[in-house]
Amino acid sequence: MSSKHDLRADQLSLGYDGAPVVRDLDLRIPAGQVTVIVGANGCGKSTLLRGMARLLRPVSGQVLLDGQSVHTRPARQVAQLLGILPQTPVAPESITVADLVARGRYPHQRWFRQWTPADEAAVAAALLRTDTLDLADREVDSLSGGQRQRVWIAMALAQDTGVLLLDEPTTFLDVAHQLDVLDLLRSLNAERGTTVVMVLHDLNLAARYADHLVVMHAGRVQATGTPAEVVTPAVVQEAFALTAHVMDDPVTGTPMVVPVGRAPQP
Amino acid sequence: MSAGSDVAAPWVAQVTGLRAGAARRYRVVVLLLVAVVLLLVAVTVLWDVAPAEAVAHLQHLLGLGGDRSFAVRLRLPRAVLSVAVGVAFGLAGALFQVVLRNPLASPDIIGVTGGASLAGAGAILLAGLTGAWVSLAAFGGAAVVAAAILLLSWSGELSGYRFVLVGVGLAFVCQSGIGYLITRSQVDDVRSALVWMVGSIGTPTWGTIGILAACLLLLLPLTGYAGWRLRAMQLGDETAAGLGVRVTRSRLLVLLVGVALAAVATAVAGPVAFVAFMSAPIARRLLPAAGAALLPAALVGAVVVLAAELVAEQLLTGLEVPVGIVTGVVGAPYLLWLLATGTSRRTSR
Repeated sequence: MSSKHDLRADQLSLGYDGAPVVRDLDLRIPAGQVTVIVGANGCGKSTLLRGMARLLRPVSGQVLLDGQSVHTRPARQVAQLLGILPQTPVAPESITVADLVARGRYPHQRWFRQWTPADEAAVAAALLRTDTLDLADREVDSLSGGQRQRVWIAMALAQDTGVLLLDEPTTFLDVAHQLDVLDLLRSLNAERGTTVVMVLHDLNLAARYADHLVVMHAGRVQATGTPAEVVTPAVVQEAFALTAHVMDDPVTGTPMVVPVGRAPQP
Repeated sequence: MSAGSDVAAPWVAQVTGLRAGAARRYRVVVLLLVAVVLLLVAVTVLWDVAPAEAVAHLQHLLGLGGDRSFAVRLRLPRAVLSVAVGVAFGLAGALFQVVLRNPLASPDIIGVTGGASLAGAGAILLAGLTGAWVSLAAFGGAAVVAAAILLLSWSGELSGYRFVLVGVGLAFVCQSGIGYLITRSQVDDVRSALVWMVGSIGTPTWGTIGILAACLLLLLPLTGYAGWRLRAMQLGDETAAGLGVRVTRSRLLVLLVGVALAAVATAVAGPVAFVAFMSAPIARRLLPAAGAALLPAALVGAVVVLAAELVAEQLLTGLEVPVGIVTGVVGAPYLLWLLATGTSRRTSR
C-alpha cells in the first residue's frame, strides 16, 4: 500500500534494566523515503529501531504512528501498518519458504477466518518480488544466507505494511548479497512507496542507499539530512572518532568516506 | 497491491498448488492416525471376544435387544479414557514444547505432572483419600507447581530457558517429596499410591470419563485459539511482536491451557510417563513442515496410550503392569533414537 504514514519519536528515552541508552530523542521519519540510521557501536541505533518497532517499552516519551502511540494502539492494528525484520529472526525447524512467508499475513487474519484469495495473492506477490518463488517449496534451513534474508524480506512484504523497519538487514552477507538486499529494498520503496527505516553498519552503503540519513552518537541524534548534507569529515570525526576524507562515490556521486585513522581523543 | 487484482497469475497458482499439497499431506496423515486410533480402540474392546458376542452387544447399544458382553462393558470405558488422556497429554506436550521452544519443556519433565503425583500421593498416604478426591488433589498439585515455576522464573517477562530450568529443579523437589512420603508410609498404602503414580487407566466409571470429557470440551477451543497464536510465536519473540502478538500475554495463555490439559489428564490417570514428552516429536516427524501440528500430536498421544494399555493388558497378562510402565519402557529409547537420528539428519546438510 502506498498510503503515507507518519512515524516519529517524541522525547523518547529507551534503556535496558534502567540503564538509559537513548535519551530524550526527537526524530521524524520522512514518509515514503528510505531512512538509514548509522552510528558507532553502542550509540543506541538498534535500540532506537527496536523502540520504534515497539519491541522495547519506552522509559519515557513515545513513538507516534499517524499521531497515535504505537505502544498503546491495538497490536494487530499497528502490525497492519508497521512491519519489522529483526537482526536475527528465528525460523522454526523444517518450515518451508511458502509457509514462512504466509505467516506474514498473520495480522490480516483471524483464527476463525484464516485464509483468503487476497492472502494468497499477497504471498505470491511477495515471493515473486523477492525472487524466491523458485524456493517456495524448500525448507528455510537449507537456504544460503542471501536467499534466507530475501525470504524474510518476503515475509515482511506479505505483511503489506506502509512502513518497514529493518535492523541491520545485511549482517552476515557478502558484499554482492548486501547490494542485492539493499537494491531490493530501494526498489520496493520506489514501487510501493513503502517507508523504509533501517540500521546499517557500513557508512558508505548507508550514504549510497539513504534518502535521509540519521547519525547517532551517545544516545542522541547528532545529525540528520540527506547524505550529502550529513556526511562530512566533522560529523564522521565526532560520531565515529575517525579521521576521514569524504569524497564523491565514483559510481553514484553520493559521499564516500575514506578512513585515515582513529581520531586522537580530545 | 500490484498482484492483488490478478488472482489467476501463474505465480499465485503456484503458491496455491504448494499450499494445497501441504494441506493434502496433513489430511492424509491425520486420517491415517484417526484410522489407527479406531483400530486400536476396536482391538482393545474386542480382544478375544467372539463375533456373535460383539454383534449382540452392538444390538443392545442400538436398543435392538441382545445381550451385553461383559468384556466389552469392562473395556469400552477403558478405551475411551485412553483416547481422552492421550489427547490431553499429547496437546499439553505440544503446547509446552512449541511455546518454550525446547523439546525438554514438556509437563512431565518440568515437574507439572510431578506436582500432581506428589499431591495425589499425599492425598492417598497422608489423608487416606480415594477416587475423585485424589484426582482433585492432583489437579491442585499441578496448578501449584506451574504457578511456582512461573513465579520463580519470572523476571519482568517470561523466559523459556529459565522456565525449563526452574521446572526441572522443581521436578526433583517433587520426586524427593514423593520419596519421603513412601518411606514414611505403610506398605499396602504405598502399593496403591504407586499404581496411581506411574499412571494407570484401570477401570474408569463413565462418570469420570464424563468429567474429563467436559474439561476437554472447554479446553479444546482454547487450544485451537492458542495454536493460532503459535503460528506467529514460532518465528521468535521479536518477529511475533512485529506481527501483532503480545508475546508475554500469549505465552501465559498457551502455558495455562497446557497446564490445564496436563492437570486434568494426570488427575484421572496419573502421570503416564513420556506421553506428553514424545507425542509432539513423533507428530512433527510425521509432518515436518506442519508448524505446531497440534491435532497430529493429540492423535499420536491417543495412539501411544491405547497401544501401551493394550500391551499392558493383553501381552503382559497376569503381571498387572500399569500403563505408565509400558509408555516409559517404550518411550525413553524411542526418544533417544529420535534425538540421535534427528541430529545426524540435520548436521549432514
